[in-house]
Amino acid sequence: MADSGIGARALRKEDHRFLTGQGHYTDDINVHGQLYAYFLRSPHAHAAIRKVDTGAASKSTGVVAVFTGADVAADKIGGLICGWTVTDRHGKPHKAPPHPILAHEKVRYVGDHVAVVIADTLTNAKDAAEKIEVDYDVLPAVVDVAKAMDAKAPQLHADTPQNLCYDWLLGDPAQVDAALAKSHHVAKLDLVNNRLIPNAMEPRAAIGEYDGGTDSYTCHSTSQNPHVLRLILCAFILGIPEHRVRVIAPDVGGGFGSKIFCYAEEVVCLWAAKKVRRPVKWTAERSESFLSDAHGRDHVTHVELGMDKDGKFTAMKVETLAAMGAYLSTFATCVPTYLYATLLAGQYTTPIISANVKAVFTNTAPVDAYRGAGRPEATYVVERIVEVAAREMKMDPAEIRRRNFVKPDQFPYQTPVALQYDSGNYAKALDDAMKLADYAGFASRKAEAAKRGKHRGIGFSAYIEACGIAPSAVVGSLGAGVGLWESAQIRFNPTGTAQVLTGSHSHGQGHETTLAQVVGDMLGLPIENITVVHGDTSQVPFGMGTYGSRSLAVGGSAAAKAADKIIAKGKKIAAHLLEASVDDITYAKGTFRVAGTDKTKSIGEIAFAAYVPHNYPKDLEPGLDETAFYDPANFTYPAGVHICEVEIDPDTGVTKIVNWAAVDDFGKVVNPMVVEGQVHGGIAQGIGQGLLEGCVYDKETGQLLTGSFMDYCMPRADDLPSFKVGMIETPCPHNPLGVKGCGEAGAIAAPPALVNAVTDALGIRHMEMPLTSERVWRTIHKMAAE
Amino acid sequence: MHNFDYHRPTSLADAAKRLSGEAKLVAGGMTLIPTLKQRLAQPSSLVDLGGIAELRGIKPEGGGLTIGAMTTHAEVAHSAEVKKTIPALAVLAEGIGDPQVRNRGTIGGSISNNDPAADYPAGLVALGATVITDKRRIAADDFFKGMFETALQDGEIVTAVSFPRPDKAAYMKFPNPASRYAMVGVFVARTGGGIRVAVTGAGPGVFRATEMEKALAGNFSADAIKSVKIPAAGLNSDMHGSAEYRAHLVNVMARRAVTACS
Ligand SMILES: Cc1cc2nc3c(=O)[nH]c(=O)nc-3n(C[C@H](O)[C@H](O)[C@H](O)COP(=O)(O)OP(=O)(O)OC[C@H]3O[C@@H](n4cnc5c(N)ncnc54)[C@H](O)[C@@H]3O)c2cc1C
Repeated sequence: MADSGIGARALRKEDHRFLTGQGHYTDDINVHGQLYAYFLRSPHAHAAIRKVDTGAASKSTGVVAVFTGADVAADKIGGLICGWTVTDRHGKPHKAPPHPILAHEKVRYVGDHVAVVIADTLTNAKDAAEKIEVDYDVLPAVVDVAKAMDAKAPQLHADTPQNLCYDWLLGDPAQVDAALAKSHHVAKLDLVNNRLIPNAMEPRAAIGEYDGGTDSYTCHSTSQNPHVLRLILCAFILGIPEHRVRVIAPDVGGGFGSKIFCYAEEVVCLWAAKKVRRPVKWTAERSESFLSDAHGRDHVTHVELGMDKDGKFTAMKVETLAAMGAYLSTFATCVPTYLYATLLAGQYTTPIISANVKAVFTNTAPVDAYRGAGRPEATYVVERIVEVAAREMKMDPAEIRRRNFVKPDQFPYQTPVALQYDSGNYAKALDDAMKLADYAGFASRKAEAAKRGKHRGIGFSAYIEACGIAPSAVVGSLGAGVGLWESAQIRFNPTGTAQVLTGSHSHGQGHETTLAQVVGDMLGLPIENITVVHGDTSQVPFGMGTYGSRSLAVGGSAAAKAADKIIAKGKKIAAHLLEASVDDITYAKGTFRVAGTDKTKSIGEIAFAAYVPHNYPKDLEPGLDETAFYDPANFTYPAGVHICEVEIDPDTGVTKIVNWAAVDDFGKVVNPMVVEGQVHGGIAQGIGQGLLEGCVYDKETGQLLTGSFMDYCMPRADDLPSFKVGMIETPCPHNPLGVKGCGEAGAIAAPPALVNAVTDALGIRHMEMPLTSERVWRTIHKMAAE
Repeated sequence: MHNFDYHRPTSLADAAKRLSGEAKLVAGGMTLIPTLKQRLAQPSSLVDLGGIAELRGIKPEGGGLTIGAMTTHAEVAHSAEVKKTIPALAVLAEGIGDPQVRNRGTIGGSISNNDPAADYPAGLVALGATVITDKRRIAADDFFKGMFETALQDGEIVTAVSFPRPDKAAYMKFPNPASRYAMVGVFVARTGGGIRVAVTGAGPGVFRATEMEKALAGNFSADAIKSVKIPAAGLNSDMHGSAEYRAHLVNVMARRAVTACS
C-alpha cells in the first residue's frame, strides 16, 4: 500500500504497453472497409483560387471521391470555430473570419487545405492529388507579426482592416505612465517571443466512421479533449446531435497543446465518411504536422518597468503584438490575453500594470496554446525586464527579486492584473535554488572559465503560472465558450477492484498512475487494483480534457470528491453490517470501523455487499459507483525559481549549459518521479525555445523554411545538462488535494533563465531567441546581424 | 512513394545488368528512401546492393585500408582495423547521424550521393583516397564534382574506397544544430603525399584549403594557420550559418584538427 499511495514514486502503469510497443494509437487502429484521405495543400501563402479541376483526379485509380471547398459550401458545413471571444478595448467582440474546413475562394497560408482525395490506398490518393489542377492567383503575403498592421501589408480577410483581430487592454496605461514618470528609474526593453512548432512525437490522425443503420458517427482522433471536440463537431460545425457521435482519443503520443484544437482534417474525415459511406482515415506526415499543426508563441513586445531608488517596482507597462496566424484556432484568442497579461505581475508586488495586446492575422499556420500558453510569454517579459532592471540599478539579480516578492504573509494576494494568488513562498524557492546552483561559488567558476578562454554567465527566472484555468463562472465572464470544471466517476466492482473514469485525458503525462494513486490512497487500494479510463465519450462522463496543467488540480480533485462519496456511502453500508449508527463509523485507508472498537469491514467487503445486497440498508440504493463534478474556486499558482549557468566558446559562439537548478512549488506532490519527468521535459522544451528552435517563414513568399527536422532544431539529450531539481510544498488551499499542477512549469521558467545567463556571460542587455551560435558569435565580435 | 520493381542481385555483374532505364541503386537507403517517400524521385526499379558479399568489409592493403562500398558507418566506426590504421576515419564515421543511420548508411552511398554537408568527402579528399568502381579507379580529387555531383557515369557502381595510411590525421566537425550534418567539417591529414586540409559543409562541395596546407607544410601547428582566412565568397549561406560564419568556422575547426593531430 504505502508504496503506491500519494507521495510514492510508483512506476508508471502505462509504461508497460508503451515500452513494449503495445500502445494503441489512432494510426494503429484500422476499421473494416476504411479508405484513406489525402489533403492537397496550398503551395502559396496567399492566393485567390480561380478554379479547382478535380476531373482527372476523380478518375484516377482507386479514387472514391474528391472534395473541395465548393462541396463543403454546398453541404453548408460550418467552419472551424474559436471558442473564446475576447472583447476589445472598445467593448467590441474580436474579429473571427470564416475558417472553412477546405479553403474556399482563397488560401491564406502554405499548407492550407485545398482539396481532399479519398481513395482505397494512400498511394492512390496521393497519385490522384497530383492530378488535381488548381489555378491560383498569387497575392502578396505577410508573415511577420511586426509587419501585419503596416499600411502596405496585404489584408487577409474581408472585414479585418490592418489584419487586426482585436486591440485589447488590461489596466490603465495613463495611470501607469504617470507612475513611470515619477519613478527613480525606468528599464525598457523590446523583445520577440519566437514562434515555435510543437512536434509531438505522434502526428495528428483521425478516423471518421458513419453507421447508416443508427445514423451515428464515430471519430477516432488524437485529441487532448474528446468531449470538447465532440461538442464542437456537433454543435458548431456538422450540426449532428451530440448523442449520435462518439469521439475516441485512444493512446495519444504527446500534444503540448497542439491537440486541444478541432482541426479541419478530423471534420473532413467525419463528413466524408457519411458521403462515401465508408470509414475514412487520415494520418499526418511529419511535413504536414510542420505546416498545419497550430504553432505557438510569436509575440513582439515592448515593456517598461519603473522602480524607486531601492529597486522596488512602481509600475509596469506592456505592449504586445501577437500573431493569430491565418485563421483563429480553437482557443487562440485567450492565449495572449487572459493567459498572458494576467500573469504580468510575476512573483512581484508591482502595484500597477497595464497591458495592451493587439492580435493580428498573418499568412502563417494558426497560432494557439503551446505548452505554457501565454505564461511563458509573460514570464519571458517579466524575467527579462527584471534582469535588465537589476543590471541598470547595479543590484544583484537575486536581491532585486527578493525585494519585490509577494511575501508569505500577503496571501491571498490580489494582483493588479485580475488574478488572486492563493499561496506560495517565493523567497524559500529562491534560497533553495541558490543553494542547489551553488550561487556563492559562481564567481570563482567564472574566473576559472575565463582562464580557459570561456565566458561564463548565470541567469535567474522566478516564474509564476496560473493552472487549472477556472472557475467556470470567471472564465465565462472573460469570454470562454465553455465551463472549466472536471468530472470523475469511480466504479467499484463486486470483487473490490475499481475503475476510475476521468474527463481529463492523458497523452503522456501518466494519469493512469497518478489518478490511481490518488484514488487508491483514499480508498485503500493498491494501484494494481485500479484502472483509469479516459478518452472515450461513450465511456466517461462529460469532461473538459487536459491542458493548462489541470488534470490533477481539477480532474484529480473531482476523483477525490467521487472517492468521498464512495466513503460516505460505504459508511452507511458498514453501519448496517456492523449494527452501529452511521455517526459511529470511522474510515481510514480502506477500513470502516465502529469507533473505539475492533469491529471493522474492509472496503472490499462493502463493495461486495453493495452489489450482492442480501443484507443491506433498506433505504439505500445498491451498487458502489459515484460520479463527481468539480469546479474549482480559483486557479492554482505553481511557482518557482530556475537558475541556469552557461559557458560560451568565443571561437564558435556555442553556448553550453553547464548547470541547471530548479526549485518548484507544485503544492502537494502525488508522484515525485512523474513530477520530475514533467519538469525535465518542460525545461528541455524551454531550452529548445531559448537556444535552438525557431519557426522561420520566408519573408517574401511565406514558404515555411523550417519544414522538417533538417532545419527545425529540436533539443536533443546532448544539448541538455543533468538537471538539479528540488521542490518545496505550499499546499493549494482551495482544492481537496492541495495540488497545483506541474506540466508546463519548465517550459515557462526556462527561456528567460537561459537568456539571462547568456546576456550575463556576454555583458550585454539583450539578445533574441533562439540564441544560435552565429548570433552569439556576432555579438561577441560586435558584428552586425546576419 | 510511387511503385517500383525491386531486385536484390548477389553479384556485381548481375547488379550492373539490372541498371538500365530508370533503375536506381539502393545501398543503406538513408538518403534514397526519404527522397522516394517525398516523391522527389520516381525510379522504375531499385537494385539493392545489400546481397553482394564482395562489397562489404574492411581489408588492410598496402599499409592502408580498403573499405567495401556497402560497409556501414557503424562498421567503420567500430572496426579495430580502422582505429589502428586511420583512427580519424573511425571518429568521422562515429559522428555521422544517429545509431540507426550509422547502422544502415554506407560509405558507398554517402560518397555517391555527395551531399555538400556529408562527412566522408572530407576524409577521402584529405587522405588522398581512391574510389574503386566496377569500371575504374578514380582519385578522390577527381571524384567529387560539386553539389550532389560525382564523376560516376550512368550505371557505374562504387565497389570500394582505398585509403593510404596517414602519419597524422584528425577530423573536426561543427554540426548543423538541426540536421547534425556538417555545417563545417575539416579533415587534416599528413601523408606521404604531403599535408592536406579538406573542408566539407562550408561550400557547395568538398574543397581543399590550399593556403592552410602551405602554411602547415612549413610549420605543422594551429598557430601557423591562425591568420589564414578562408574567403566567404562562394560559401553556403542559410538560416543556420552565413557564409561569413562558415568561413570563420573553417579556420577554428582546422586549428582544432591540427591540434588533435599531435
Ligand atoms: C537522419 C540522418 C542523419 C544523417 N546525418 C549524416 C551526417 O551527419 N553526416 C553524413 O555524412 N551523412 C549523414 N546522413 C546520410 C547518411 O550518411 C547516408 O548513409 C548517406 O547519405 C547515403 O548512404 P546510403 O547507404 O544510405 O545510400 P542510399 O540512400 O541507399 O543511396 C544514396 C545514393 O547513392 C547511390 N548509391 C548508393 N550506393 C552506391 C554505389 N555503391 N555506387 C553508386 N551509387 C550508389 C544511390 O543510387 C542513391 O542515389 C544522414 C542521414 C539521415 C537519414
